[in-house]
Amino acid sequence: MLQVILKRVAIAIPVILVVASLTFFLVRMAPGGPFDAEKVVPPQVMKNLNAVYNLDAPLMIQYRDYMFNLIQGDFGPSFRYPGRSVTEMIFTGLPVTFELAFYAIIVAMLIGSFAGVIAAVKRNTMLDFIPMTIAMIGICMPTFLLGPLLVLFFGIHLEVLPVSGWDSLAGDKILPSITLGAAYAAYIARLSRGGMLETLSQDYIRTARAKGLPEHQVIIRHALQGGLVPVVSFLGPAIAGLIGGSFVVETIFQIPGLGRFYVEAAFNRDYTMILGTTIFFSALIIFFNLLSDIAVLLMNPRARSEA
Amino acid sequence: MKIKQLSLFFLIALVGCGKSISPVDSGLQEQILHFGNGSEPQGLDPHIVTGVPEHHLLISMCEGLTIANPRGGENLPGVAESWVISPDGKTYTFYLNKNAMWSNGDALIADDFVWSWMRILTPSLGSQYPDMLYYLKGAADFHQGITQDFSTVGVKAINDHELRVELNNPTPFFIKLLSHYSTYPVHKNTVLKHGSIDDRNGLWTRPGNFVCNGPMNLKTWELNKQITVDKNPLYWDADKVKLNEIRYYPVSNESTEDRMFRAGQLHVTNVVPLEKCPVYIENENPNLRIEPYMGTYFYRVNTLHPVLKDKRIRKALAFALNRTQIVERVSKCGQQAAYSFTPPGSAGYEPDTEVPFDPELAQSLLSDAGYPNGEGFPVLEILFNTQEGHRKIALAVQQMWQQNLGISVQLVNQDWKVYLAREMTGDFQISRAGWIGDYEDPNTFLDTLRPNRGNNKTGWENKEYDDLLELANATNDQSLRYKYLMQAEQLLISEMPIIPIYTYVRQYQLSNDVKGWYPNLLDTHHPKFIYLER
Repeated sequence: MLQVILKRVAIAIPVILVVASLTFFLVRMAPGGPFDAEKVVPPQVMKNLNAVYNLDAPLMIQYRDYMFNLIQGDFGPSFRYPGRSVTEMIFTGLPVTFELAFYAIIVAMLIGSFAGVIAAVKRNTMLDFIPMTIAMIGICMPTFLLGPLLVLFFGIHLEVLPVSGWDSLAGDKILPSITLGAAYAAYIARLSRGGMLETLSQDYIRTARAKGLPEHQVIIRHALQGGLVPVVSFLGPAIAGLIGGSFVVETIFQIPGLGRFYVEAAFNRDYTMILGTTIFFSALIIFFNLLSDIAVLLMNPRARSEA
Repeated sequence: MKIKQLSLFFLIALVGCGKSISPVDSGLQEQILHFGNGSEPQGLDPHIVTGVPEHHLLISMCEGLTIANPRGGENLPGVAESWVISPDGKTYTFYLNKNAMWSNGDALIADDFVWSWMRILTPSLGSQYPDMLYYLKGAADFHQGITQDFSTVGVKAINDHELRVELNNPTPFFIKLLSHYSTYPVHKNTVLKHGSIDDRNGLWTRPGNFVCNGPMNLKTWELNKQITVDKNPLYWDADKVKLNEIRYYPVSNESTEDRMFRAGQLHVTNVVPLEKCPVYIENENPNLRIEPYMGTYFYRVNTLHPVLKDKRIRKALAFALNRTQIVERVSKCGQQAAYSFTPPGSAGYEPDTEVPFDPELAQSLLSDAGYPNGEGFPVLEILFNTQEGHRKIALAVQQMWQQNLGISVQLVNQDWKVYLAREMTGDFQISRAGWIGDYEDPNTFLDTLRPNRGNNKTGWENKEYDDLLELANATNDQSLRYKYLMQAEQLLISEMPIIPIYTYVRQYQLSNDVKGWYPNLLDTHHPKFIYLER
C-alpha cells in the first residue's frame, strides 16, 4: 500500500510541473493582457504596470522566476486584485468550495445510492424504471437549468429558502447543495444499480440467502460492500469534478467559492491567478484520485492482492 | 442509521426555514441598504482601481474636494467648503472645511491633497487614471519622468486649510473632475505604514487598516461575497447621513441579481437582464428604472482600411441604419437613437448633428465611391465581444446593410480580451464600441478622437478637429467653448470615423423604499443623501 502511494506521489510531482509549464506558456499565447481595458491605458502607464509585475522581462526569465517562486510555494500577487496574493485568494475560496462539494456529495450519495440499490433489488419493476428514468433526466439536466428552477420554486414561489448567498441567510446552503449534487446523484444511482446487480448474482449472496438470512440483511450486510465499489472508485474523480466544476453553481447562487475565481481569472487574463488555480486544481484531482484508489484497495481484497 | 439522520437533517433544515423577514424589510427598520454592485472590486485604493463597482464603494468611504450633485448639474462642496477661480480660469483656490477629518480622527489638511496627488502621479505606482490630473501645470511632465521635482506641479498647500491649484488651460469642468475617485486624498501615515508611496500591494485598504474621509467606514470585506460599510461618525456632515450601513454584493450574474431583488434580498440592482427588460416594461414593473446615461453605443470604423478610408463609404454605412428600429425592436430597453457622439444634454451641451436614415442617399454615396448597388464591395467584418445584446444589434446592422446597400458583412464575436487586443492593434474593419463619460462635459467624448489618443483606435486623424478642441480648451468663455466643441462634433459626424447607434440608458431595479435617490447622467448616487422609508 505504502509503495503504491509513494509511486503515485513520485509521478504527481513531474505531472504538476508539466501542467504549470504548459499553462504558463498557453496563457501568454492568448491575445490580450491583464491590463487591457475598454478605456485604453496610456503607454507610459502600461510600461509602469508591466515593470511593477515583471512583465517587461523576457518570457523565459519570467518563466524561470515563476517556477523558482512556485517551488517555494509562492504563487505571486494577483494582477487583477492589487494587494491580494493568489495563495490568499485560493485559501479564501477553497473552504467554501469544499463545503459546497461536501454537502453536494452527501446529497449525491444519499439519493444516488438509495435509488440505485432499490432499483437493483426491485429490478424490472416500477421501482427500477422510475428512479432510473429520473436519474437519466438528472444526468442530462444541466445545473444552470436545475438551479434557477429550484430557486424559482422554493425561493420565489414558496418563499421558504433564500435565492442566493452562502452563510448569510438561514438555509442558503440547501439549494446549491442539491443543485450541484443532483447530477452526481444520477450517476451514482446508475453505478450503484449496476454494481448491486452484479453483486446480487454472486455465489456468496446465494449462500447467504440459502442460510436463511432475511433479504434486507443480505443486502445491507453482504451485497452493499461489493455493490458500492464502483461508486467508491467514482467518488475520487467526482469530488475533484465537484470542486473544479462548481463554477456554475457558485455563479447562480452567488457563492464566494474558488470556481468563480478560476473562471474569472481566465477572462481577466490574471496570469498568476490562472496559473495558481490550475496548478492547485491539478494537485487536488491527483490527490482525490489517489484517495479513491486507496479506498478501493481497502474495500476490494482482490485489488489489494493485485497491488 | 447515519443515512436516516442525514435525511432528517435535510428535512428539518428545509421545513425549519419557513417564511422569514427579508433583508429588504429588515433593512428598512435598521437603515441598511442592500446594494447589487456588479462585480468584485479590484480593490479599494482610489489611486489604483478603475471601474464602476469601485466607484460605488469609494464615494461612500472617501471624499474629494467636491462631490457629484445627486440631481446632476454642478458639483457640491466636499472637503472644500468653497473655492475661488481666478479671472483667467487657470488658478483655483480651495478653502477646506475645518471640520473635515479622517476616520481615525486626524485632521484633514491641504497637505494631504498635495501628497495624494503626488502619489497618483508617481510613475512607479502604475495608476491607470493619472491623466485626470494632467490638467495641472507640470503634472504630465512629473508623471512621465521628465522631472522628478514635484514642486513644479501646480498644487500647493498655502496653509492647512487652503489649497492652490494651477492649471495649464482654463478647464471649466475641473470642479467636476474633483469628485472622481482618482483625485481623492488618501491618509499618508496609513499608506506608508503598510508600504511605500508606490506600493500597489500595500494592505492599507483592508478592514481594520483602512482610513478615509467619507460618510461611511469600511467594516467588513469578504471576497466575492459582500463588503459592508457603516456610518462614519467623524464625517464632517455626519448629521445628514441617515443610512447606518450599506452592504455591497458583487453579483456578476444578471439573472441571479434579478432573483435576489425579487426575493427581497436587494434594494437596488446593478442591471436588468437583457431578456427581462422588455417584459418588465410591458408589465409596468414599478421597480424598473430607465434613466438617461452619459454613454454612447457606436460602431468604430477602421479608417486605415483600404475601402473604409473613403468617407463616402463610412457615411453610406451610417445612413443605411435605421436607429429607431434598432432601439425599438432590438435593444428594447428604452435606449435612445443616437445622432451624435456626445449624448445630448451633457452639461447643457446639445449637439446639433444629423445622421439621417436615408437608404437612397446611402446608395448614391456608395455608388460614387465605385460600388453601385454594392457590386464588387468586399465582405467586411463586424467585430464584437461575446454578448447576446451585441450579437442582436450586429445581426440587425448586417441585415440593414444587406437590404439597403446590397453589401454583405460577417459577424465575428470574440472573448473580451481578444476583442480589445484586436481593436488596439487595428486588426478589425468595423467594431462595436461603447464610451461612458468620466465627468459631465462633452470633452470626455470628443477628446478621445483626437490624434494620438489611445482610445481613438479608428486611425482617423484630422488637424482641423484637433485645432478646434485646442481652441475650446484655451478659452474661458463657456458659450464660445461649446461653439468650438459643436463645430468639432459636426466635423466628426461629417467624417464618420465612428457610427453612433444609440445613447445608453441606465436600467436597473430600485425598491420603492429607497428615498433620496435621483436620476442623473453619470449615475452617481451619493450615500449621504439616501435613506430608507416606506
